[in-house]
Amino acid sequence: MSAANDVSTSAKASSRWRVSEVLFWIVVLACPFLFPSRYLIMTDILRLALFTLSLDLILGYAGIVSLGHAAFFGVGAYSAGLLALHGIINEPVLALIVAGLAAMVLGFFTSFLVIRGVDLTRLMVTLGIALLMEALGERFSNITGGTDGLQGIEMQPILGMFAFDMFGKTGFWYCLIVLFLLFLLARRIVHSPFGLSLRAIRNNPLRASAIGIPVNRRLIAIYTLAAFYAGIAGALFTQTTQLASLDVFSFERSADLMLVLVIGGTGYLYGGLIGAVVFKMLQELFQAITPQYWLFWIGLVLVIMVMVGRARIHRWVLWLPNLVIRQIAGRKATVVVPEADAS
Amino acid sequence: MTTVFTILFDGVAYGMLLFVLACGLAVTLGLMNFVNLAHGAFAMTGGYICAVLVNNQGWPFFAALPLAFVTSAAIGAALERTLYQHLYARSHLDQVLFTIGLTFMSVAAVDYIMGSSRIFIKLPSALEGQFDLFGVGIGRYRLMIVVICGLLTLALQLILSRTRFGSRLRAAVDDPRAAIGLGINVPQVFAFTFAFGCGLAGLGGALSAEILGLDPYFPLKFMIYFLIVVTVGGSSSITGPFLASLLLGIGDVAAKYYVPKMGPFVIYTIMIVILIWRPNGLFGRTAAR
Amino acid sequence: MTVTLETRDLQKSFGGLKVTRDLSLKVEQGARHALIGPNGAGKTTVINLLTGVLQADSGRILLEGQDITDLAVHKRVLRGLSRTFQINQLYADLTPLETVGLAVSERLGRGGDWWRRMGTRSDVNDEIADILTRFHLFDVMNELTATLPYGKQRLLEIAVAIAAKPRVLLLDEPAAGVPESERHDILAAVSALPRDVTVLLIEHDMDLVFSFADRISVLVNGAMLVEGPPEAVARDPQVKAVYLGEGADA
Repeated sequence: MSAANDVSTSAKASSRWRVSEVLFWIVVLACPFLFPSRYLIMTDILRLALFTLSLDLILGYAGIVSLGHAAFFGVGAYSAGLLALHGIINEPVLALIVAGLAAMVLGFFTSFLVIRGVDLTRLMVTLGIALLMEALGERFSNITGGTDGLQGIEMQPILGMFAFDMFGKTGFWYCLIVLFLLFLLARRIVHSPFGLSLRAIRNNPLRASAIGIPVNRRLIAIYTLAAFYAGIAGALFTQTTQLASLDVFSFERSADLMLVLVIGGTGYLYGGLIGAVVFKMLQELFQAITPQYWLFWIGLVLVIMVMVGRARIHRWVLWLPNLVIRQIAGRKATVVVPEADAS
Repeated sequence: MTTVFTILFDGVAYGMLLFVLACGLAVTLGLMNFVNLAHGAFAMTGGYICAVLVNNQGWPFFAALPLAFVTSAAIGAALERTLYQHLYARSHLDQVLFTIGLTFMSVAAVDYIMGSSRIFIKLPSALEGQFDLFGVGIGRYRLMIVVICGLLTLALQLILSRTRFGSRLRAAVDDPRAAIGLGINVPQVFAFTFAFGCGLAGLGGALSAEILGLDPYFPLKFMIYFLIVVTVGGSSSITGPFLASLLLGIGDVAAKYYVPKMGPFVIYTIMIVILIWRPNGLFGRTAAR
Repeated sequence: MTVTLETRDLQKSFGGLKVTRDLSLKVEQGARHALIGPNGAGKTTVINLLTGVLQADSGRILLEGQDITDLAVHKRVLRGLSRTFQINQLYADLTPLETVGLAVSERLGRGGDWWRRMGTRSDVNDEIADILTRFHLFDVMNELTATLPYGKQRLLEIAVAIAAKPRVLLLDEPAAGVPESERHDILAAVSALPRDVTVLLIEHDMDLVFSFADRISVLVNGAMLVEGPPEAVARDPQVKAVYLGEGADA
């Protein structure tokens, strides 16, 4: 039946790899060769990108505003740290997965609180959970090391073969591979029927249930998955920096994360990656001016972004690349525009 | 037995303080469905104004309090007219981002101007210490807070139930669209309420410096408390937030006294249980639409 | 004839206001049943009760003899009770293909598939193609819904409801706001609905009701006033009084 073939082709069109996407990853791959002395900051960007990807899954795709996503980052970070410190799991990849699963368990149980109620309740619950985790960390400082954090974490070689080096080269490639694999998974998911149903839920939950979509079950699933991603990001943080202290749970971390995501744009997966690069560059710039009052500048960026309008800023930024593509290819621009800006 | 009463009294004082701090937030949320996470910044402003006037300028404490109210209200009104009013129709995400941005800016600005350490406001000696009432220790300062906040609450209740403005406000909270249809100038009512709420927060900030501590991170530290008050209390009346504040205050003080090591968990656990049981708040019709 | 959809003594109040009073409604298998009534009669509340958006204070709802009173909204859809919306609630930034695809995926139990891309299951594709063709949406299936003409959007609305393969379809004012020129498509689509689908039509437009329905229930102040075949309802003095009293509402 040719009509069905047409349907199949059209339905698959959105999940096909675009030239701009391939170019993007080629640029990412080129970075370590272009900036061989900047492994540490590039690793930092990759971890932040993964963490932001996690927030994009729930905020950009499912419409859940979270003020406490650092809770899962922190659980991942401490799990990885404790596993390595006490020699429970020495192999980093296995420890990474276990740490992700630990965050995922917390995500699953707290998702039942998050799906209830309206935005305001969600804000309070997500913020409350992160604060609760922080307070727990303080209460059991004999385990977590309190404000000093875990001391003396030593990482074993990855898969028993690749030792972490002092320039951060191994750490960089490790983070890049993890990020890329999880990105592929996320990309697969958002182009599946499940991913499509999330967008329907974000736009109009009532309508979604009238189509037959089990709204709560889908939200629980994506929230749990996002917690796993955040846990992995946290674990990567501990494994590559050999640090885990209470500030992994801090509110500023959750708030920065939202800023990173809105800089990059929500709901098209690349927002976290682009946002992380821009955010780190802004951070270097502002910290050069007034290292102590960095918070002020973050705040100012947030206020300006909202007042000017996130969608408008993204249109300005995309104007030049789109123009170039139109001139060269002589066709409609293919640079993806963040879709959730309208909401 | 007498400690129970002391704790109860301290909890009530603490709760009433929280109510004065947060009630503006509850009303603006109910009226415009606007999530203002920067509410604590107005409280901090009031606190610092009062501190500067009393400590540096030598003003008497009770003369500085009204000025804390007025200044915070004026700043609130100015920001409402210039910035906030453009965001009422925007998504909650935008509102959250914007108000977090404002909060961060206020934190860094106060840190820059006033320094990062906790400050104290010099209190008149009449307010220091405590006295015994039937064996129950009553802090003078806390007694004053109960009196002032109690009077404020009564006044608010009277304004809401007896005055023309109150009935307009209630109509607007109940159904903003219908209220516009009735010829009520909802944006004006809102602007006034917003400024008044900020003023109350400023007054609360000045009063709370002694009890809650005042430093540049105040707006972030107490954000969760304000959110608890409005989500648990609901935003359809001020009775809900008032009872929620008392519950939170007594619960927090009691938890810190009896199980100091488990301090914050008790409050968060109570909050979570309440929200599982009643997702829209204990007393509210809806926490927010 | 068997009864497909039935309500027994349905009651609903908001505060002190009774909006649904002892409503007992029987819709027969394959019927073209219309529910009419003046503004404020409580028609929307009835739809919300039937679909599960609102919970009834008392009374039961039965679908094909099974009690669905306490089922969640999406479970009723999977049981075969589907609806259209009166005001436009379509997904503006999805295409007709995606919108219909969502409904078909859920019905075939594939909505939770997260490892498979859209468009890779032939059973889903076949059904999407079939529905898009039937509702004249095939050539616009990749346009954003927001850019479609209003008439096409109303067709999509019905198509989405049909994609759930309902046994009972609630049509909430399907032609509301559609310009005269595009009306014909809607009426044709509604009358071309398969006979094994039972239709409950909620409508203001009396022409549409009388050309379509084989049974009419009149709702006034949340209670059933009259029920019967169209001719009988048209002649009924009580109905005349209500509608004449209401002015040009009909």
